[in-house]
Amino acid sequence: MAEPIISIDAVSKSFGSFTAVSGLTLAIHRGEFFSLLGASGCGKTTLLRMLAGLEQPSDGRILIDGTDMTGVPPYLRPVNMMFQSYALFPHMTVEQNVAFGLKQENWPKARIRDKVAEMLDLVQMAPFARRRPAQLSGGQRQRVALARSLAKEPKVLLLDEPLAALDKKLREQTRLELVKIQHRVGITFVMVTHDQEEAMTMSSRIAVMKAGAIEQVGTPVDVYEYPTSIFVADFIGTANMFEGVVSRHQPSQVAVACPELERELAVANAPPLPVGAPVKVMVRPEKLVLSRGEPQAQFNWVRGKVADTAYLGGLSTYHIELASGRNLQATQANLKHVDGGGPSPGDELFVAWHPANAVILVQ
Amino acid sequence: MTAIKVESASRRSSPGGRDQGRKGPAIGRRLPGGRFLVGLPPYLWLGLFFALPFLIVLKISLAETQIGIPPYKPLLDWAQAGVLELRLNLGNYRTLFSDDLYVIAYLNSLKIAAVSTVLCLLVGYPMAYGIARSSDRHRNALLMLVVLPFWTSFLIRVYAWMGILKTEGLLNAFLLWIGVILQPLQILETDLAVYIGIVYSYLPFMVLPLYATLEKMDRSLLEAAADLGCRPFRAFLSVTLPLSIPGMVAGSMLVFIPAVGEFVIPDLLGGPDTLMIAKILWSEFFDNRDWPVASAIAVAMLVALVAPIMIFQHFQRRATE
Amino acid sequence: MILPLLLALGYAFLYLPIVLLVIYSFNASRLVTVWGGLSTKWYGVLVQDAKILDAAWLSLKVAIITASAATVLGTLAAVVLVRFRRFPGRTLFSGMIAAPLVMPEIITGLAMLLLFIAMEQAIGWPAGRSMTTIVIAHITFCLSFVTVVVQSRLVQMDISLEEAALDLGARPAKVFFVITLPLIAPALAAGWLLAFTLSIDDVVISAFVTGPGATTLPIVIFSKVRLGVSPEINALATVVIVVVSLAIVAAGRFLRPRRQD
Repeated sequence: MAEPIISIDAVSKSFGSFTAVSGLTLAIHRGEFFSLLGASGCGKTTLLRMLAGLEQPSDGRILIDGTDMTGVPPYLRPVNMMFQSYALFPHMTVEQNVAFGLKQENWPKARIRDKVAEMLDLVQMAPFARRRPAQLSGGQRQRVALARSLAKEPKVLLLDEPLAALDKKLREQTRLELVKIQHRVGITFVMVTHDQEEAMTMSSRIAVMKAGAIEQVGTPVDVYEYPTSIFVADFIGTANMFEGVVSRHQPSQVAVACPELERELAVANAPPLPVGAPVKVMVRPEKLVLSRGEPQAQFNWVRGKVADTAYLGGLSTYHIELASGRNLQATQANLKHVDGGGPSPGDELFVAWHPANAVILVQ
Repeated sequence: MTAIKVESASRRSSPGGRDQGRKGPAIGRRLPGGRFLVGLPPYLWLGLFFALPFLIVLKISLAETQIGIPPYKPLLDWAQAGVLELRLNLGNYRTLFSDDLYVIAYLNSLKIAAVSTVLCLLVGYPMAYGIARSSDRHRNALLMLVVLPFWTSFLIRVYAWMGILKTEGLLNAFLLWIGVILQPLQILETDLAVYIGIVYSYLPFMVLPLYATLEKMDRSLLEAAADLGCRPFRAFLSVTLPLSIPGMVAGSMLVFIPAVGEFVIPDLLGGPDTLMIAKILWSEFFDNRDWPVASAIAVAMLVALVAPIMIFQHFQRRATE
Repeated sequence: MILPLLLALGYAFLYLPIVLLVIYSFNASRLVTVWGGLSTKWYGVLVQDAKILDAAWLSLKVAIITASAATVLGTLAAVVLVRFRRFPGRTLFSGMIAAPLVMPEIITGLAMLLLFIAMEQAIGWPAGRSMTTIVIAHITFCLSFVTVVVQSRLVQMDISLEEAALDLGARPAKVFFVITLPLIAPALAAGWLLAFTLSIDDVVISAFVTGPGATTLPIVIFSKVRLGVSPEINALATVVIVVVSLAIVAAGRFLRPRRQD
């Protein structure tokens, strides 16, 4: 791939004795929809603000489009930001808000007018051009904020929790809309979010952050199906974990001995590990197959009892208690509704999964 | 000062304030030159016209009186052969402690301020409580009516009481008319008139902070108390009253601190026997032209105010945290 | 219920003296307590009193200059206190802002006068006491009140508004004038008004720093009032009360906070 639009090079930021970001290195490519995902306090917002120039790194440097941004104030950077609170100027109309950035560059009036109209069309806010922010709904304000930050055609758009202030229904609609707009304008988006579902549905790549550092960077499929750490496995989606030690290497798969299960665990596509190494094996709930009859395979199954079920409409979730006392969570699509067809609490059954659907995590 | 507190109390939540505390302001930090230009004028002004004068007061309080202009001797003197001589004279402070007049005036100021503060609390609490419990529709108007007198001339409001309280004044005329008294009472030129004047003038300072604490008190606390079997009056004593202590302290300090140094009220409403420290300072300065003693009185007055000011600030900080 | 009664008594206590004062300003009799019929003759006396008119004009000038200068300086001080976290001498600075709020006027007045005398001795300025010294003294004690008003508004302001303007390419000075200033304008106006009323009402500090030919209205009123109640002063007081009340009500209308996001 070509030269990244943003390279973050060993950047640290501390506030007094608190280290918000420590020695973080990351490259973001042109045209990506990139998400910084993490719990609050993990440093994702600080990182975004350093990209905008609202904070200066304590150490390391940030390059945007090949130019070192150290010491460059926010008003000279080729990036724009959409704030979590939207930060619409309350004393200006929608039009004036969108025109604000263009005016700072002394665009001619006619050009500003055309550009504002274009941006308001893009976000479908043209009818509200003369309104003030206080006269708009939350969703409308969000779109004005987007138009304002896109008007200057920045090389990168930074989005700080852009959907957090919307209610659930609107949030889900707006996700798709935002992705569509990103495709239309072709600008690199860097979004901060704490909502994993949001990151998964919108991003081309996700960086999962923890305590000021990056745990894993990858596509949504990567971070969900192939987490590289226990933290990421737990943070994104639900994870069933088994503890054990590597017992054997077979061609193309690794066997793990797990004392609480009757059979060995088999994991395909596993990295080479020494025999005896302690590991965790992770299987996602939807990868578990429930059956009443004993599976034929020599590995990857266990006997259990349904403790609890939850009907979620399209899916059902089953909590299955193993003999060891451990609880597994399994989800199954409700393909057809049959009265009494699904397992119910108290049922004894078998849980099995395919070696390709298990992931080895080193402790 | 108090008017503002109420405002900030009722609009505490600001949108998007999540990162405000930790992440510092962006503008100031980036512009050392700009910062300097912004900060310098008020800094210089206050340094020159507020801090420096107090050093001068302190200096003159340590000087000796002399007949002349200015009526005090310099502390630093070029004695013979270029030897700089520093003469500190603690005599002015000794005068303060040895002459009963000053000690009595000093204690009397504290007494009058304390009594007025308590009276103010007694008058102001029911008002603040009443406003806080009134309907949303009336609350702002009632509050405005408390604040309005504060904006009109203080001097005129004190003066208004002179016509009411004097011997042939309206209050006596009224009391004689309804037959409560047979002889007009001497009210003006007594301590009582001073109490009335202070309570009247400083009532808004008591009501506003009290209102602010009472208003933001969660009404469900009282409902919870009632639900747990507490009668309204008991609930008031055991829930409302303790929770309004910060407002009571803030209001009391806002009344007490200026009342200690009050000059206009004792001068206009008090009599020759109403000794208050500010009156003494005034007459030392204007009538006796004893600047060093006047300065020493000022310093002593400030010392007396340090404790209540610190209490006030302590409670203010707790309230804002 | 006893509460409304107490409330009514409280408001009666606050307003009865003022109402009586206004009523008796229309008393034809010179004796304050004897009602001699309705008359506006004291207002006639008032408008012919050149001394009072001069004093009122001076007070107005002083108050306008004071309020304007105190608003500028007080706003700068508020920006410093809210936006600049750390700088050398911050404690001293915030102390100097807070102190005038609680300082007895008589001490401020004495200190200011002694400063002016010392300055005159040292550098020959200000020469004597005049309107200049009154204005300087008033700015000094009003500045803090403006700072407190503006400060509370600045604290409430969403800082990301300023950040957004920076991010969109506006330089810090421009951000201040185009974003910050319009948003805190109501506080500036309120601060100006507060400084104006404090200045036009001040008697103690003015009494110290005034000189011949610089007699403000409160000083005139005070010296007359010390001699006792007079119907002419009642009339003057009524005029002051009416003017101030109208101004405050108008300002309240004008400054009512507009709904913002």
